[in-house]
Amino acid sequence: MKLLFERSVEGRGNDFLPEIKTGDKRPADKYQRKTKLHLPEIAEVDLGRHYTELAKQTHGVNDGFYPLGSCTMKYNPRIDEETASLKGFTDLHPLQPVESAQGAMELLYKTEKLLCTITGMDALTFAPAAGAHGEYTGLLLIRKYHQEHNDSERVNIIVPDSAHGTNPASAAMAGFKVVNIPSGPDGGVDLDALRNAVGKDTAGLMLTNPNTLGLFDPNILEITKIVHEAGGLCYYDGANLNAIMGRVRPGDMGFDCVHLNLHKTFATPHGGGGPGSGPVGCKQFLEKYLPCHKVAEKDGKYVFTDPERSMGQVRSYYGNFLVVVKALTYILSLGKEGIREASGKAVLNANYMMNQLKDHYHVAYDQICMHEFVLGLDDLKKETGVSAMDIAKGSLDYGIHPPTMYFPLIVHEALMFEPAETESKETIDEAVKIYLELFEKAHSDPEYLHNAPHHCPIGRPDETKAAREPVLRYEFND
Amino acid sequence: MGRYIPDTAKQQEVMLKQIGLNKIDDLYSMVPEEVRLKELDIPEGKSEYEVLEDIKALADKNTVYSSVFRGAGVYRHYIPAIVKTITSKEEFLTAYTPYQAEISQGVLQSIFEYQTQMCELTGLDVSNASVYDGAVAAAEAVFMTLERNRNTFLVSSTIDPETLAVIKTYCESRDVDLVTVESKDHKTDLEDLKRKLGDDTAGLYVESPNYFGLIEDVEAMAELVHEHKAKIIEGVDPISLAIYKTPGEMNVDIAVGEGQQLGMPTGFGGPYLGFMTCKKEMMRKLPGRIVGQTEDHDGRRAFVLTLQAREQHIRREKASSNICSNEALCAMTASVYLAAMGPKGLEKVALSSYNNAHYLESELNKLGFTRCDDGEYFNEFLTKSPVDPDKLEKKLAEKKILSGLATAESILWCATELNTKEKIAELVEAIREVI
Repeated sequence: MKLLFERSVEGRGNDFLPEIKTGDKRPADKYQRKTKLHLPEIAEVDLGRHYTELAKQTHGVNDGFYPLGSCTMKYNPRIDEETASLKGFTDLHPLQPVESAQGAMELLYKTEKLLCTITGMDALTFAPAAGAHGEYTGLLLIRKYHQEHNDSERVNIIVPDSAHGTNPASAAMAGFKVVNIPSGPDGGVDLDALRNAVGKDTAGLMLTNPNTLGLFDPNILEITKIVHEAGGLCYYDGANLNAIMGRVRPGDMGFDCVHLNLHKTFATPHGGGGPGSGPVGCKQFLEKYLPCHKVAEKDGKYVFTDPERSMGQVRSYYGNFLVVVKALTYILSLGKEGIREASGKAVLNANYMMNQLKDHYHVAYDQICMHEFVLGLDDLKKETGVSAMDIAKGSLDYGIHPPTMYFPLIVHEALMFEPAETESKETIDEAVKIYLELFEKAHSDPEYLHNAPHHCPIGRPDETKAAREPVLRYEFND
Repeated sequence: MGRYIPDTAKQQEVMLKQIGLNKIDDLYSMVPEEVRLKELDIPEGKSEYEVLEDIKALADKNTVYSSVFRGAGVYRHYIPAIVKTITSKEEFLTAYTPYQAEISQGVLQSIFEYQTQMCELTGLDVSNASVYDGAVAAAEAVFMTLERNRNTFLVSSTIDPETLAVIKTYCESRDVDLVTVESKDHKTDLEDLKRKLGDDTAGLYVESPNYFGLIEDVEAMAELVHEHKAKIIEGVDPISLAIYKTPGEMNVDIAVGEGQQLGMPTGFGGPYLGFMTCKKEMMRKLPGRIVGQTEDHDGRRAFVLTLQAREQHIRREKASSNICSNEALCAMTASVYLAAMGPKGLEKVALSSYNNAHYLESELNKLGFTRCDDGEYFNEFLTKSPVDPDKLEKKLAEKKILSGLATAESILWCATELNTKEKIAELVEAIREVI
């Protein structure tokens, strides 16, 4: 497939703008760019075709089943795109007078209230632009809290070994030391290990519940209690909220702050890697540390305020506003029952799928799971030589996006499946059939799977070469 | 059957039976009884039509200005129709991060093309796949410059206050000593920079055009900074780079900026696009996703996420950043915009902005709005105001004109290609009614 630059023909281009009537001045010579600017010179028709071809080589939720664990690849309703495209939102300048943006501010205010109710929190900021950014913001809340209480010894953040990689990375960025604790044999937090890890140096705990194994930790109340008794705070990683929304709330489980992924749980599209939105909610005692530019209601008008002991800013302005518009559209559409039904069906789908695979594949933790489950293909690999990677690549030929591979790290040859609630029984039945076929194939023709995929635009790329001899841009000849 | 859930109640019963359960609630038996939620206290769901009406009502409460003379970091430019058409394609819209290269070549190639374009614009070697916005790009770039014995970072006082606020937060969390370099006539004071540079200086962040619209002497600053073996980061306006000297030409180490100008609406603050490019030797310090070119086993050209040893999912607490999701679709938007415009089109956007702004200045000057400084500027400039800026703002708003941004006694004016001669005439007319 040609690159944009390989389609370029000198002298081609498009005319989008009127002639300049205000003058023909240029900056003085000493300020001017001298290097040639290589941008594609391409007609609109060819530009359209270029991206149509690229689109054909891209698998989205709209192309087929996408059980990518921990990513909650649910259907992205089209009405959300329409509301976020309303001129009354897209054409607002973030610095226009607040009187002229009351509707947008009301939208932020209302969405905050709804998300607080869903999470059991008291206040929330939309500043973070993604999940990891939300983690960072939540950890800064914890840091600020301890600072304000002159508790400078509290430098440790406890993270279970099953956590997403962003958890320890965010903790390090927020200036904490990371204390990893092992999971117990049941996949949950090892309570003794937690008790041993907490102390005067504990700033807090970061936890995903259900965790990355797809398991809800039944000891959750004990866990948050242990951390609180040691003087630490509890942070809820909302990556897996889709399993429990409307059924149990982080705030009621003892968490002090939480981030949400609007691009997972609240159905806003992921755009090939963003933009997302990672709002952070907190209990009242942390509200005064939230980032600046928070919407408040004052005498029937919406205003921006800076919380009195604010941590400052983590992003410009008010976050990914148009993504919030999509999330609100989704929440209003589903309502109280719809939210509960979504989580229930997500969990049902995962259990239904797991149950049909478990006679053949090894389920890492064979118990009722939440919205996702993990297979461990260690035995299959020993027996046939076929790895988790091979099975994943094999599924590509059937038009299925593979599950998350080799994560969580504590399960060998892991494949993590998340069949979101918007997938039908037939879709899951079909996928099960395919994974059972792949299981058969692993025994009958392992070589075939080592070389999979066979019917995609490319075969497996040489990743080692990509990293050893980095080619990170197109090079022009002139 | 809930919204967007295809299966009927009957099908769900079959599924439940298959796993040996009777009802959905049985799946939640491990949730402690005392915290199980009986009812979620939010309104009932609504039909698509009703929701659309509700949201429209909110949108209608906002004022959409017909002409905008306010920038201050966020700019309204013309967005060709093809840009939205392409970036609305459902494959791009609904895909996740391209972990599976074999079925993600479209997204991966588009990022590779984006990286190339950002390198071309800034004149530097390597680009990442984007970060959250321009302010975060600047803050992440600060972290790239830190070294064991260099923990002091200098930042010019002429930068965008939003960016400064984010840099402050990021630096505080990593215990970086942030020192402000003073300004003189709204430009970075080189004498003060000389005084503040030291052996523990990790780097300097400066913007050009700066917050007040002025072109800074980045070349001289780069020389001073490099004398102390520190790094210089330049915050740039990507449109201006069609006509102004590039960071690469001025020996800048890292260029960052807000990419919103490249095809994204002002959107009340987001989503936007943080871009970052750097010299080759800093490549492994860049945060975030990077796409590289390689081959598949048949020798076909292929694109993959690469240099992942920097990233959180491999390195966990030792990663160069925690970033996972970025602004991929915004990066694609910028890439489509740049391709649609081409080199001549982008130059026209820049020259229109430049000439419209300078014409605006001369027209405003006749009305008594005189400039506060006299440096070279691209498309924004600061004037004194002969009338109360608040009063002016309100009066212009009645005509759906958004005035320049009032800062203390002065006003920061902005023009892009959309502020044509006719639009400026309307503005002038409206101002006359006030003074």
